[in-house]
Amino acid sequence: MLLSNVLIIDATDRLGWLAGRVLADLGADVIKLEPPDTDRSRSDWRAFNVNKRIVELDPQIPADRARLEELLHTADICLLTPESSGAHLDPSALRRDYPRLVVVAIRPFGGVGPRSAWKASDIELMAAGGAMALAGEPDGIPVRVSEPQSYGWAGAQAAIGALVALFRREATGRGDLVDVSAQASVIAALSHAPAFVDLLGVEPTRAGAFMTGRSIKGARYRVFWPCRDGYINFIFYGGVAGRRTNEQLVAWMRECGADLGALAAIDWKTWDPTKADQAEVDAIEAPVAKFFARLTKREFLNEGHRREMLGYPVATVADIASDPQLEARGFFQAVVGSAERFCGSFAMIDGKRPPLRHHPDVPLAAAQPPLVVSAAALAEPSEVTAAPPARPCTTGARLGAKP
Amino acid sequence: MSEVAQALAGLKVLEFGGYAAGPHIGKVLANFGARTIHMESRERPDGFRIQYPPFKDNRPGYNRSGCFAFFNDSKYSVTVDLKKPAGVALARRMAQWCDLIIENMRPGVMERLGLGFTALAELNPRLVMLSTCNMGQTGPRADQPGFGSQLSALAGMCELTGVRDGPPMLLYGPYIDYIASLLGTSAALAGVIRSRRTGKGALIDLSQYECGLVFMGAALREFFASGRVPARCGNDDPVAVPHGAFPCLDREWVALSCWSDADFAVLAHAIGEKELASEARFATAPARRANSKALDAIISAWTAQRNADAAATALQAAGVAAYPVVTMAGLFADPQLCTRRQFRVRRHPEMGDHAYCYPGFDLAEAPGDIVGPAPCVGADNDFVFRDLIGLSEAEYGSYRQQGVFD
Repeated sequence: MLLSNVLIIDATDRLGWLAGRVLADLGADVIKLEPPDTDRSRSDWRAFNVNKRIVELDPQIPADRARLEELLHTADICLLTPESSGAHLDPSALRRDYPRLVVVAIRPFGGVGPRSAWKASDIELMAAGGAMALAGEPDGIPVRVSEPQSYGWAGAQAAIGALVALFRREATGRGDLVDVSAQASVIAALSHAPAFVDLLGVEPTRAGAFMTGRSIKGARYRVFWPCRDGYINFIFYGGVAGRRTNEQLVAWMRECGADLGALAAIDWKTWDPTKADQAEVDAIEAPVAKFFARLTKREFLNEGHRREMLGYPVATVADIASDPQLEARGFFQAVVGSAERFCGSFAMIDGKRPPLRHHPDVPLAAAQPPLVVSAAALAEPSEVTAAPPARPCTTGARLGAKP
Repeated sequence: MSEVAQALAGLKVLEFGGYAAGPHIGKVLANFGARTIHMESRERPDGFRIQYPPFKDNRPGYNRSGCFAFFNDSKYSVTVDLKKPAGVALARRMAQWCDLIIENMRPGVMERLGLGFTALAELNPRLVMLSTCNMGQTGPRADQPGFGSQLSALAGMCELTGVRDGPPMLLYGPYIDYIASLLGTSAALAGVIRSRRTGKGALIDLSQYECGLVFMGAALREFFASGRVPARCGNDDPVAVPHGAFPCLDREWVALSCWSDADFAVLAHAIGEKELASEARFATAPARRANSKALDAIISAWTAQRNADAAATALQAAGVAAYPVVTMAGLFADPQLCTRRQFRVRRHPEMGDHAYCYPGFDLAEAPGDIVGPAPCVGADNDFVFRDLIGLSEAEYGSYRQQGVFD
């Protein structure tokens, strides 16, 4: 495991859960401090806290606080969302008291600035980071992805910050304080859209289900096409890859006896999407719309792959869950002893996907003796080999107590 | 290029490939002091240099692309023609110099060039190589080409974007590529940290598709547990109501949300309609949801009289979560982002002064920076090959004579 011997204390809420999950997937031993009243049945909690060891902690109890302090002396990284992590885990105080510790503070708008105390959930963060300005119909309401994304962007950048600081500590022996802004983290999702403003004074906006800005004659190209069981994402591209795709599509339609309409007369070697007007685009898209309407998403995916075409179906989670590509790579995983399935570790290392080691229903406190036994034991946590079925949180259970 | 004692000082990175998914990793590392070399060839430069706008003054050119610049600041550029055996030999020599290689070629290309991990690890056992592509290096569709803008559809994000009865929606650009590049940056750093501790290298196989699914992890876990398949629902949320974007003056929008009845009471008071909180049709979340059209109209009537910044400021002062829907131009004027120096202007030899985007985090003791502008193609050949790689004048001349730098 890449991060074997790295111990992380994770005291985050939803805004920062992914950071610890990413680091756990890379092999770190992540100990998640969890308030006793957390609803652990929620899918988001479970998805982003699997692979961590769970500890219930009551900072009001002196023995718990002493154990936490002992743990912080041993830890390499402490992940915080200061709004909820508690006064006993103040980032500046941690930096002062534990000089080797990398402290990562994840906040909606970061730790400095005139709006650093502003409140935000996913929708405000996607708005603040510019993502909503780019999603939705051109003249309609800005929309977000229905599945929260901003927490992912923040957690992903927080994990990087933690490792940048850890890399430096390896050389200098000094920890650091990493300040993460979820708003600023979301900007990565915008690709190069801000550069249009900076270089040309042009403001990219929402494009809906079509793609604009590719034709000098103002034509818009369809991106999402209805098919038998949903939608297909397909775009008439130019260039080498586009030409091959377009040629293969026409060949496929011809083999199926589909009406080619205006497609039959096009020489893809010379066709240039930047020069097409709307009438031409409409004419070539009409027969394709009819053809795609006959297909299922899986048929498009499989045949598109066989023909090396660009384009993918618009997948639901059900489609994704049964994708043979993911099955072949063992992406979905369960912790040994449990049937509950999760996204597995996000990267394969030396040809293998690191297994999920810890089930979120197994509190670390369930094992006696107490939590902090030795640095060596913490560095090499034992595998969880049996996980009980999901059960509600035992309110009142806490660090060092039996569940 | 300035030399700053930053957190990743001493880390040596070599990039093969182009576009977004690989180079964005090297940019983030370079922002914190890694010495990152972007390898391309004059005959076949990074596709972002030539294929995608914006270009300075709308005139395309290798060194005029804002798209390339956005993901390649703070790096060095070298040109090596990998179609020539001498070019491959030079690349192998560079692999002995570096700690980390990032490549986003199609699976198998590096091996065919003689630059696969196994071959390079024989030269440099401490080497970490990160290979990133659409589907990963293995599996029945490993060879499928694709763009991130379309892969976002396969990974479920587009299905969940848009209004309930409408079509799926595009997310701007290759959205999923940046999920993969950020997760990949962590994996690469983890690899080099272990390499420095143990002397052992690593091959990291990063599937952009799988990385995107990490952001869909809750929905996928829910499907496995209950069979529930979520659908796009505009800006609705299963808990919060109201939860959405509301129109303001000058075609602006403000996003806001209420996560409890108490939150709603605060909102109602803030918009001068405090009695709403006690009306049966709005007193509870189910009631507000059932009467959301009427509620949205009331909120919109208030927001429509203000610009988005004034609305958000007033709502935040009252304790309501709210923020303007920030436009691309608005990002450069946002007071919070300006305080963080999110966009930093650097002078490019051909593009002049223009802005580069900083990562979403910073270190207190060892802050990063936009260390320099994006490099012109091949601008650093002399420095990199002579001073970093250590080619003698005779070797350098020989490579030049063979056309390796063309």
